[in-house]
Amino acid sequence: MGRYLGIFLTFARACLVRDMTFRANFLLECVTSLGWMSMNLAFYLLVFTFTAEIGRGTGWTREPFFAFVATGLIVNSIVQAFFMPSAEELTELVRTGGLDAVLVQPLDAQFLLSLHRVDYSSLANGLVGVGLLGWAVSRFAEPPGPVAWLLYPLLVLCGVAILYALIIMLAAATILLGRNQSLYDFWFYLTNFSRYPAEIYSGPWGGPIRALCTFVIPILLVVNVPARVIAQPFTAGSWGGVAAALAAAAAMLVVSRVVFQAALAKYRSASS
Amino acid sequence: MSDVGPRPLAGLRAWWTMLAICLEERLAYRGDFILGTAMRFLPIVTQVFLWTAVFSASSRPDIAGYSRNDIVAYYLLTMVSRAFSSMPGLAGGIARSVRDGSIKKYLVQPVDYVGFLLAARIAHKVVYYFVAALPFAVIFFLCRGFFPPAPDGVTILAFLLSLVLSFLLGFFMEATLGMLGFWFLEVSSVIFAYMLVQYLLSGHMFPIDMLAGVPTGIPGTSLADIVRWLPFEYTAYFPSAVWLGKVRGWALVRDLAIESGWVVVMALACRVAWRRGTRRYSAFGG
Repeated sequence: MGRYLGIFLTFARACLVRDMTFRANFLLECVTSLGWMSMNLAFYLLVFTFTAEIGRGTGWTREPFFAFVATGLIVNSIVQAFFMPSAEELTELVRTGGLDAVLVQPLDAQFLLSLHRVDYSSLANGLVGVGLLGWAVSRFAEPPGPVAWLLYPLLVLCGVAILYALIIMLAAATILLGRNQSLYDFWFYLTNFSRYPAEIYSGPWGGPIRALCTFVIPILLVVNVPARVIAQPFTAGSWGGVAAALAAAAAMLVVSRVVFQAALAKYRSASS
Repeated sequence: MSDVGPRPLAGLRAWWTMLAICLEERLAYRGDFILGTAMRFLPIVTQVFLWTAVFSASSRPDIAGYSRNDIVAYYLLTMVSRAFSSMPGLAGGIARSVRDGSIKKYLVQPVDYVGFLLAARIAHKVVYYFVAALPFAVIFFLCRGFFPPAPDGVTILAFLLSLVLSFLLGFFMEATLGMLGFWFLEVSSVIFAYMLVQYLLSGHMFPIDMLAGVPTGIPGTSLADIVRWLPFEYTAYFPSAVWLGKVRGWALVRDLAIESGWVVVMALACRVAWRRGTRRYSAFGG
């Protein structure tokens, strides 16, 4: 474990050196990343000029909703910084046969393929997320209690774990398909469902979507559970969501590991 | 496209070859392509639920003239508009070929580069529509309840014309952007910034009419007024608004003329950028 941590820190240091070598590019990446986020925030501000709440009686008024958005920013920035850059390279590795070089290393292939690259510029959104969360919470009529604050980081990590497991399963799909340039698109569209409170998925179509995105692909637990803990009153019923997020994170990590190993077993090298 | 071949038959043959290459390229990785096409509809699903929730919490019958059904229909129609006007990889591809020197083959061959790119893009689009027609038809059939009654023949013709113009406008805007590669070594950040602006101001994110209440600091001028002075809305908002009957009569004729004007302006800008760019371009190596 210590060996893997040491190797990861070496990767992280190398990526930091690379990012700092091209400082202007790094700053530009931060700015473009922040630009995309600002655009979405502007859209939500526009939506709240037409309504006071997202869904009647859901409690997702402006400040709680922005706490929800902030949580999404924090979770996604961690995933985008630490896991996504490596996963994006996988598609070319599979197509060109470069994966062979990874498989012969005396290290766990999943570790190498998912953690060898860190994109520090993606953390800019997370920092804004923390600021936005602070702003939103400071305007709550009832501030979150100590239990909520203790659970929040743990549930954010659960969200990260669920998304990481999804990336690993998409990576496995890449290995099986031979090429999967839609990997990033697929990821974007899938995580799109986690961008809004689960309550919006109601009615004859919304109910099944909500069930599917909670129990089959638990994407709705990623942001909803931590955001609810911090932005909605914490009651005895809230523990159910907490338990579900913990169980889903553990189950997804195990399943993704099994799926990834099975995909690697089917890998046929593309190199000569 | 007389530049592609000296005789009409040779020109047709060149177009057919390009189409065949594009088809083969697309179908080589079928799983990836079909997955990618199907996935594009997913954001619409979340938008439908988001706006349903907004309308359920608000007592308004409409927002900026759009009922909940109108908004769903609008988002679906922007998918059609974007299928015409979006040019994935065009600007980046031009800039890359300038950077790696592969563009020099077009300078020594009797092939017009912009014409070649346009032909290749039409081929790509035809292949895309061929594959995407079925998922589009299924989604529109399932969502037919959100649409108002079909417009009259003239409006449908205007809609089709606006789509063709949006294709040309999207093509020339992105091609011009890609030619910035002649002046700057790396244009990926510029392309990303353009995509952001494009996404926000084209009406892809929400109908431009919703900006009518957003002040700009200029008396009597809203943000929607400023956006309407720019070409972006013709690549997503305008065709959708035409189908939904938001633009009618003389306003429709005027806006189609403005869209045509933007196509001419951007085609000229593209041509000027190509001329000036190739004049300052210098290639090294073999």
